[in-house]
Parts: sequence; structure tokens; C-alpha cells
Amino acid sequence: MDQTLLKKLRILADAAKYDASCASSGGAKRAAGDGAVGSTTGAGICHSYTPDGRCVSLLKILLTNYCLFDCAYCINRRSSNVQRARFSVEEVVQLTLGFYKRNYIEGLFLSSGIIRSPDYTMEQMMLVARTLRQEHGFAGYIHLKTIPEASPWLIEQAGLWADRLSVNLELASAESLGRLAPEKDGATIQASMGQMHERIVEAKEERRRFSPAGQSTQMIVGADDTTDEAVLDTSARLYGRYAMKRVYYSAFSPIPEASIALPAKAPPLQREHRLYQADWLLRYYGFTVQDIAAGGEAGMLDLEIDPKLAWALKHREQFPVDVNVADREMLLRVPGLGARAVDKIVASRRHTKLRLEDLARLTAGMKRARPFLITADHHPARLTDRQDLRQRLTAAPARQMSLF
Amino acid sequence: MRRMVLQAGADQDGFRAAIRQLAAAGIPPAEVAWDAGGTPDLFGEEAAAPAPHLALPRAVAELIELVLCHRDPARHALLHTLVWRVLQGERALLEVQSDPLVHRLEMMRKSVRRDLHKMHAFLRFRRVGDDTAGERYVAWFEPEHHILEATADFFVTRFRGVAWSILTPLGSLHWDKVALTQGPAATRADAPDSDAFEAGWLGYYESTFNPARVNPTAMRAEMPKKYWRHMPEAAAIPELIHSAPARVREMIARQAMPPVKRDPARAVAAMARQAPETLAALNQLIAASAPLVPGAIRAVLGEGPEGAPIAFVGEQPGDQEDLQGRCFVGPAGQMLDQALADSGIARGSAYLTNAVKHFKFEQRGKRRIHQSPTAGEVKHYRWWLMKELSFVQPKIVVALGATAALALAGSPVAVTRQRGARRLGEWDAVVTTHPSYLLRLPDETARRQAYEAFVADLRLALSLAACDG
Repeated sequence: MDQTLLKKLRILADAAKYDASCASSGGAKRAAGDGAVGSTTGAGICHSYTPDGRCVSLLKILLTNYCLFDCAYCINRRSSNVQRARFSVEEVVQLTLGFYKRNYIEGLFLSSGIIRSPDYTMEQMMLVARTLRQEHGFAGYIHLKTIPEASPWLIEQAGLWADRLSVNLELASAESLGRLAPEKDGATIQASMGQMHERIVEAKEERRRFSPAGQSTQMIVGADDTTDEAVLDTSARLYGRYAMKRVYYSAFSPIPEASIALPAKAPPLQREHRLYQADWLLRYYGFTVQDIAAGGEAGMLDLEIDPKLAWALKHREQFPVDVNVADREMLLRVPGLGARAVDKIVASRRHTKLRLEDLARLTAGMKRARPFLITADHHPARLTDRQDLRQRLTAAPARQMSLF
Repeated sequence: MRRMVLQAGADQDGFRAAIRQLAAAGIPPAEVAWDAGGTPDLFGEEAAAPAPHLALPRAVAELIELVLCHRDPARHALLHTLVWRVLQGERALLEVQSDPLVHRLEMMRKSVRRDLHKMHAFLRFRRVGDDTAGERYVAWFEPEHHILEATADFFVTRFRGVAWSILTPLGSLHWDKVALTQGPAATRADAPDSDAFEAGWLGYYESTFNPARVNPTAMRAEMPKKYWRHMPEAAAIPELIHSAPARVREMIARQAMPPVKRDPARAVAAMARQAPETLAALNQLIAASAPLVPGAIRAVLGEGPEGAPIAFVGEQPGDQEDLQGRCFVGPAGQMLDQALADSGIARGSAYLTNAVKHFKFEQRGKRRIHQSPTAGEVKHYRWWLMKELSFVQPKIVVALGATAALALAGSPVAVTRQRGARRLGEWDAVVTTHPSYLLRLPDETARRQAYEAFVADLRLALSLAACDG
């Protein structure tokens, strides 16, 4: 590979890595025509994992890291001394195809610093997607980060070629956004999400193509003093109002060219992990933000135990639950039982009375589940009410690895 | 004891035939010995006449197909037991996931699925041949189970447009852009050992890693070491892990640096003025954009002087407009011209445009039949129309038909009931029919009446445009 191009690739991949989203899922099934490459299965594939345990599914790069904005948390803000580079449209197209044909990636995730104007930048990104689709018949996944300040017609065009569009909210609180990202405006971002949602619904009704895999967003955690409850409140609102497919949480990570406005410290990875767990409870387990917040203290999640266990320990009067008779909603509240395990329980108990050893074949979370369950051959008796239950269940507390 | 001999590997056909025979003869699992050792014995049971088809629940058939790919030699006996129990009356057996047999088979299925998934994910092609001979890609992979055939669909669908080969210790697949062929087992030496493009992939892999989040356990859970030998990027892993703590310490210790570059104040200020500042600039944007619904040759722009007192907004360009690149030149345009003349409006003094800028049609033979734009399409083009009118600044906007009224108002307007002078969005407007409506009326009298009403609406617009200052 050409050395200049390789150097640019390193700079612009490094510049893009703080975006957590890498999903290539959610789209419809699609396959390339004759002479072209690309397919989407709807499920998404992680083609590699970096030593941070994160999935590499898409070629995640910036078109350029020159930027006129000055967001304190961002390595690419205009006042940062980071090395700058810019790809041409054709370079991104060739890199995407070259990577794709070697089976390195599912497709492209393109974002960009704002150069010249939001419209100009959005148009360049749209051109990459259009060239891939129109000139190369590329049927792989394309995720475009849209710029909320760009003109609506450009976002329309982008939606014709992309599988997913997203706008990052970045900070849950409008106050923080104003302080740390002076060129951004929370109202503009939310208006843009609202328009995007309207377009996605309309296009579905009219059977047109517009961002078929929906939209997603990201919030940075730990750059300001927003509580977990406030973050989750925002998520619940985004899921409800704009039918977001995903909200990503990104632990604020130290960056090489840090701003004076933000303290350098280790990223709060455990907090990020708990937020993701809480997010799942919101979406698939029938929990409300209030339920989840009730498991923690002062609006913050319990870092030591998962939010479902935290809730259960504070609501012991609702346990133990009999797996052979309890309804699905209540089974979903049992620590250690995932949604799939619950489905299997509900299907199996139609044919047999479940015993402990049966249950062990249906879930990997028996240790946590046991004190909260009744089976045909097991009753936790007073275990559920023991004062030291929490200690018993957290024998080896999860700690963030010490690096510092 | 009956001995059933199958070919090595998944051998779906062999197992299906064998199970049918066993079921037809009513032989229980305890009396069967399975041997997937190679070529079926000519004098064994397999030479028997084909047995009748078995009616098995769909879920059972799907499970069998995947579990047969598993490398465990016990798979045939386990599957036979499953089929036996299902046929003995446990039709819903697979729903009882707590059953030890079902559980074990499910674990086997899961393992095969994971192997398939990991092969889709971790297989790496290397390019061989030069540009003149056409590109060709070759991969070496060692799957855990007998999944080569099961994986073919995925790779053919995804890499239809390039020639490729997948080589494994148990067989190979070759795709020449048209047909798939199976070949014999291969060795690692048969596959290319480098690809110049890999430097780019390695560079990407190293750069996308964030040392502040290092977590090798999580990586290995999803990408076990046994796959690393297929993946060029794995060479970078040890050093990335080793150097991570030092890189993070350095990031945190380093003082925030004051920016060396001056503040680009003018560029930041200029950024806010991105919207087109003239009608010509706007028209350039419109002309350069692709149609929302593919098909139209070009965007048809509005025409007429800026500052025109009356602006006419139609629905969308038709066949003739698309061919000639001018608005209102087809049959409806001629009807409009006549009405303009009869109402005393000079076409050259008015501004004419459409709510939607591209022709949408359905091809029938050689004819392109007009199709009305949807509400979503009208909305897509609305931003441009609003911008256009803000440059022209007409005193009165005439909405020709429901689509134009919708575009101007932003919500549906019933033309027949709301005909005449009214406010549409931010514009003083006259709502009337589209001239093509007049062309479609079959009855001469009705057409004459409708035409007179249309001309009356245009005169109304003229008087409104003239009277207020």
C-alpha cells in the first residue's frame, strides 16, 4: 500500500476511534448484483477484535480530521495540536473495496470533522456513499454520521445510500453541551433526530429507501457530572421519541492532545458497562428508569453489581419466584435469567416440572438466580432475606483492571 | 447390531437415507452402530431400496442439518435417538430445552453455528494475480467442524463479483464469478503467504485500538487464539497490549498543551453562511442533485424574473419538461399559456416553478406515464421551493393543484373546498386547479366551465398582486 495513504489511514482511523458504534446490524437482507461485491445478512459480523475487546466490524474512519468546531472532549477540535489529514472521496472508496474484498470488514462507517461548512462536509460524505453504491454496485453496510447543522436535502440524499444514519448527542445535559461544545446546539441535534425519524417512517410507508437500519446515537459518560439516572432518562426519551435503534455510551477516555477544560483520568469503563446493562433492562426487560435508579444511590448505578441484581436486593419482598408458575414479566426480573433463558423456561415448563438441574441447562446465571427462585426440588427458604446475600453474591467483585 | 456406514464429513444425504431406512424398519438407537469412516460398503445396508420419506417437525430437520456438521463422532447416534423419541410421540421434544439430550444437541448446534460465524468473520482473502489477468483472491482456513459446504452460500453471495478460492484441510471451494466447484483438501502452502494491502489493514487495526481501554480477556473471549493464525492483524496484538499502560501513563501525565495554531475566526464565521445566497447558487445545487426517485434525466428549474409579482407553483415536470429541461412546456403548460393570455398575465413577467423538481414516471413500453409524487417526496423538495420563493419574493403565489398547495402549506389542502385567496404557510396565495385537470375532463361543457373558473382564479391573483403595495 502507498505510504502516504497508509499514513493518512493511521491518522484518520485514530481520529475516529472514540466513536463507540460499530454495529453492522439492523438492515434488511441484501446481496450484490453480478460483477459487484457486498451483502448484508441483517445480523452483522465482527471481523476482528482489538485488544480493548471491541469489535472491528466496519472501516471506521474520518474523511478528514480538520475541524472548525472546538468541542473540548474531542481530539479533533480545532484547538488541538493533533496531526491532520484528509482523504479524497476516491481514496475512501478504494480503501473500502480493498478491505471488503479481503473480508476484513462488513462495510464503511464514515464520519468527518467539519471543514468549510456543514453542508460541504455532508456532501463529501454523501458522495463517498453514492460512489460506492452507484459506480461500484457495493452492497455492503454503510453507516454515515450526519451533521445536524447540514441542510435537510443533503441528509435526504445521504439516507438514500446509507444503511444507517446517526447523530451523536454526545452529552446528555444541554448545559454541558453549551460549555464543552460551543458550536453545537442540543435543540438542533434533537430537531435533526426528529426529522430523521419522520423521514425513516415516511420512507417505510412509501417503500422508499431511507436509512433502512434506522438511527443511533452516542453519549459520552464521565466528561461532565451528569448522573446515570439523567443519562438513562435521556436514553428512554430517545428510544421513545425517535425510535432509536441503539444508544451507545462511551466512557470518556484520555486523549493524546487533551483540553485544559477536562481532567485527564482513566475512562470509567465499569460505569459504561453498567449503563449498557441498564439500557438492556430498559429495552428488553420491562424496567423503567425509576426501577433502575432505585437499585443505586443518588442517581448513580451500583458499580459492584449489575443493575438487575441491585434492584432485586432492594425488592426482596417480590422474591422468591416459582419458575414453574410465575409469569414472564416476573421471570425477567430474576437476576441471572436472561430473556432467552426465560423463553426457554416458559417453553419447557409446558412439558415438564422444572428442577434445579433442569434450570442449570437453561441458564449460565444459576449462582445469581438461585436465591431468588423456587423450583420443583428447591426453595431458598430464608436465603432471600439474609443480610449478607449481597456479599455472598459478590465474592469476587469486578474491578476495572489497574493500569495506572 | 446394525452397522450404518456414512461418508466422512457432514454427509447430509447419507444420513437422511440411513434414518429413513432405520425408521421404516423400526430399529431402535440401541441396536445401531454408526461409522462415518469413508466410502459406504457396497454390500452393507445402504444398497437397500430407498425408504419412504419421514415427516419430521421442521425444527427437528433444521437441528439435524447443523448438528451433522459437528465433528463429534457421536452425532449420528444422538440424532437417531432424537428422531426415535420424536417418532415415538414426543413431537414437541425440542421445546423441552431442559432435557439432557436436547440440551446436548443444542450445545452442538451452537458450536457449529459459532464455527460458521467465526469462519465468515475471521477468514482472510489474499489477492493473487495481476491487474491484466484480473484479480483473484485465495484464503486458507481451518474450521473446527465440517462446515465448508454450509458456508458456501455466504461467500458466493457476498463475493459474487470476484473470483476466489477457499482452501481447507478437508476440501476446497472455488468460485469463478459464475459457478461454484468443490475441490480436494489443501495445505497451508497452497495459499499465498502475503498481500501488499495487508500493511493497510494492520495500520488500521493498530490505530483503531484505544490503549486506555485495554482488555485482552474480552478480546480472547470473542477471538480465541486458535483463529489468530488466519488473521494477519494478530501479529500486532502482543506489542499493542505490552505498550498500552505506558501510552496511557504518558497521555495522562502530559500537560494540556495550548494550541499552536492561530484561531481560524474567519473560517468559523464563514461556516455559518453555508446556505445558498442567490437564486443562481440555489439552482446549481438543485441541478447537481440526484432525483429522489431514479429515472428523470434532469432537474427542471424554475424560470422567470426575481421580484416577479406572481409566482406559479405546479406539481412536477412531465415528460416534455424532462426532455426539454424547461417547466410548463408540455400539454398542461400550453393550457396554462392560453389561460395566462386570457387573464392578461404576461408569462415572461411571472415566475413559474414546480413543487417537485424531477419527473417521476412509470415506463410502459415506449411511453413514460406520469406518477404523482408522494407526500414524503413533496416534503423532500419543499426546502428548495421555500428557498426559491424567498429569493423571488412574489406578492402572490398561485398553487396549481393539491401537490403545490401541500408543498406551500406544509400540510394537505383540499383544492375544491379551499379554492381561492388564502394564506398558505408564509405566503399570500391563490389556490386553484392544476391545468392538467382541465385536459382530463371528458365533457366539453364541464371543461369550458372549469377553464373559465381557472382563468377567473388567475385574474384574482393578478388583481391581488396589483392592489397591495
